Amino acid sequence: METTISVNLKIWRQRGPKEKGQFATYHLDNVSTGSSFLEMLDMLNQQLVEKGEEPVVFDSDCREGICGMCSLYINGHPHGPVQGITTCQLHMRKFNDGDTITIEPWRSAAFPVIRDLMVNRNAFDQIQQAGGYVSFNCGGAPDANATPISKEVADVAMDSATCIGCGACVAACKNGSAMLFVSAKVSQFALLPQGQVERKRRARAMVKKMDELGFGNCTNTGACAAECPKNIPLSNIARLNREFVKAKCAE
Amino acid sequence: MADLKSVEGMIDSTPIMKDYADIESSKLPEYQIDSKVPEGPLAEKWTNYKAHQKLVNPANKRNLDVIVVGTGLAGASAASTLAELGFNVSNFCIQDSPRRAHSIAAQGGINAAKDYQNDGDSVYRLFYDTVKGGDFRSREANVYRLAEVSNNIIDQCVQQGVPFAREYGGLLANRSFGGAQVSRTFYAKGQTGQQLLLGAYASLNRQIQKGQVKSYNRREMLDLVIIDGRARGIIVRNLVTGELERYAAHAVVLATGGYGRTFFLSTNAMGCNGSAAIQAFKKGAYLSNLAFTQIHPTCIPVHGEDQSKLTLMSESLRNDGRIWVPKKKEDAEAIRAGKKKPTDIPDEDRDFYLERRYPAFGNLCPRDIASRAAKERCDAGYGVGTGNAVYLDFKYAIQRLGADVVRDRYGNLFDMYQMISDDNPYETPMMIFPASHYTMGGIWVDYELQTSIKGLFAIGECNFSDHGANRLGASALMQGLADGYFVLPYTMQNYLSDQIKVPHFSTDTPEFDKAQKDVEDRIAKLMAIKGTKSPDEIHKRLGHVMWNLVGMGRTLQSLVQAIDELEDVRKEFYNDLRIVGSANDLNTELEKALRLEDFLVMAKMMAIDALHRNESCGAHFREEYQTADGEAKRDDENYMYVSCWKYTGDNEKPVLLKEPLKYEAIQVQTRNYKS
Repeated sequence: METTISVNLKIWRQRGPKEKGQFATYHLDNVSTGSSFLEMLDMLNQQLVEKGEEPVVFDSDCREGICGMCSLYINGHPHGPVQGITTCQLHMRKFNDGDTITIEPWRSAAFPVIRDLMVNRNAFDQIQQAGGYVSFNCGGAPDANATPISKEVADVAMDSATCIGCGACVAACKNGSAMLFVSAKVSQFALLPQGQVERKRRARAMVKKMDELGFGNCTNTGACAAECPKNIPLSNIARLNREFVKAKCAE
Repeated sequence: MADLKSVEGMIDSTPIMKDYADIESSKLPEYQIDSKVPEGPLAEKWTNYKAHQKLVNPANKRNLDVIVVGTGLAGASAASTLAELGFNVSNFCIQDSPRRAHSIAAQGGINAAKDYQNDGDSVYRLFYDTVKGGDFRSREANVYRLAEVSNNIIDQCVQQGVPFAREYGGLLANRSFGGAQVSRTFYAKGQTGQQLLLGAYASLNRQIQKGQVKSYNRREMLDLVIIDGRARGIIVRNLVTGELERYAAHAVVLATGGYGRTFFLSTNAMGCNGSAAIQAFKKGAYLSNLAFTQIHPTCIPVHGEDQSKLTLMSESLRNDGRIWVPKKKEDAEAIRAGKKKPTDIPDEDRDFYLERRYPAFGNLCPRDIASRAAKERCDAGYGVGTGNAVYLDFKYAIQRLGADVVRDRYGNLFDMYQMISDDNPYETPMMIFPASHYTMGGIWVDYELQTSIKGLFAIGECNFSDHGANRLGASALMQGLADGYFVLPYTMQNYLSDQIKVPHFSTDTPEFDKAQKDVEDRIAKLMAIKGTKSPDEIHKRLGHVMWNLVGMGRTLQSLVQAIDELEDVRKEFYNDLRIVGSANDLNTELEKALRLEDFLVMAKMMAIDALHRNESCGAHFREEYQTADGEAKRDDENYMYVSCWKYTGDNEKPVLLKEPLKYEAIQVQTRNYKS
């Protein structure tokens, strides 16, 4: 059955990208264990607003774990202590009465803080713009069943395509590497027949853009896959490395 | 029903009735509705239209600018396709990336008339099912076109690399959805919306890379700019800096989604709003069929007052799950009191009420019917959980198929359910209850998807066009992508072809000055209230009024009461709103307040629309108008039309215009999902 708990919150507050931030502490009573983590923050914000203080700024939208908008580094883990979910899917029943919860933004050079817990992830869009697509114009596609694709291949491509672009992989990585994110998209297209024509160009262009934007190198630590809310496997990075080497050799 | 007359008498003498009684003026020539449906037999209309519409040649396309507001399935597909054609596109979204628009949350699938399953599907059948599902309140020609282009969408998405589910032979898999007797739904696990949106986002990215689309994130449209009677630009607020920005174009496309969050609690994302529709309304675009709001039957029930949103469990679950409540009231009471578990109830004491009432479609009857049936059982005292929940049981599917097959089909949905509810659906039935999910009503558009303002187009959920009084499952994705990939890029050219001599617009004009000043004044007014209530508090109150009085079951009395109570909420908003922080800065409270102000207008229009429509049809259920066995009773003689509401001033009565609906290829009948 659901009950209520009290929690202490240690939250990173920062006015802007160039300003100095610091932790602020808050105490919150009567949090239903059936509430989501973000509903708990809504409660805090409601109380702050009642006191005339500015609410803690954080990103969230769909609140069902698919849009990738929410972030938050909770007690040292991107998207909190539970594996395989986003922050918005985390529920307060995972915490105990009296717990102190530390909440920080994604920390990465490539994701500057906008305010408090909200960061700028435009770099991810830029990487996708560099080549994360099949180049064709609407209207020219052949019949959808013209090219059979084995169920196994389609399923693996789907697993890669599941990436929600939240940036937890970058936040989890000690090097701030975006390899898991990039490899998921490169893998999806490398696996499918529609992606073959531009396979090499795509791997080169996306890796080049990733390097330009200040993401770190991959040292195969695996924190990204361990923290990924969608359980994108590390094998994607191995595939990206192969794709990239093959593409470079073909140059 | 006895006191109905007296209520009627009462409201006749109140200003409410007169709010929409001004039908006389709708007979004026400037208020005539022209839907621009092409001549000819239904099946040839779209082909004929395309063959004869005006086009813009490639050299002229690059001289024309288009603004697309929204980056969901409709917005992203329209922006990318218009850019592929050579137009200069500016594309706006409120999120931090176009990939996050709420289309991404659609789970179940997308319909198309491919007939890959050889089960008798066809363009006509998809068209017929959609019109019937919409309870004969949609425009026939639009729906037929939607069914026609549905197959192109699947081809387009596969070519984009969308990893649809496949059979072992390598061909595409299908499943069934409500309101259909064929298997025509394509899907990608329970993440079809995500995969389709990422496909559209990929096409959009290609055009951004080419410089053909300029992408503006974290920007919210706050006004539409009209110059000489045509839509020529927008004012947006930069959500990071708080600054107002101006953008001009030859035409503006709204792809801003639905107004489901008028109910506060809904399956929509936190940022979903109806503001662009209200801005367009205030500038002369008609709002249509606002009473048609879809309450989705399979959502996770409300748990408490701090709840921020509701989570949908995909309709695809109804393929294999069976919906029931206890047959005996004492069992329901014991379950609510925690004395019995659902697994304690033997099969013979379970009431599979959908299978009982609708044998032909069973658990796969349309959403409006499934939602009302759940409410009926709960109102009668058979609800479980808090009393507002019914069971969706996979015990039988697991017996029939084995747990592995069920896990393969629905595993991620089961996980999601368990995360939220802490119950394991493999062992105990899920609890579900209806919640606000989608809005069929919206901005009125003609066959070309143009609104009643020249140069302003509306696509996807934000228009009213294709779903009538009830949308079938897996048809929202179809409509969004149909509009964006295959309809608007053609029809818009018919408008743009006579704009080729109009030079690029400057934003340095009196019209832009005034629009920006209006927005500044509006923000200043809200900031100056300095009351005690946060936007969320007032929004919750609005939600309660709407859910209780303008929700699944409506009566003349409840709607009159709603309009009264909405006035109180409105007063509270303007007298007691508190926005902390400053206007010229990142301010999430101000964002919420501005959206709420528009929801208040939308809410009243919804109530008025529901009040004026003295019939039950689709999702609009007026309890006075039902058959002896509780089914919706339409009034085709008096209400077979699209209601089009025209704004006449903040304190003035909206004018009702009517677009009559004519069915030429279809025989109008009472919806029957029983046999």
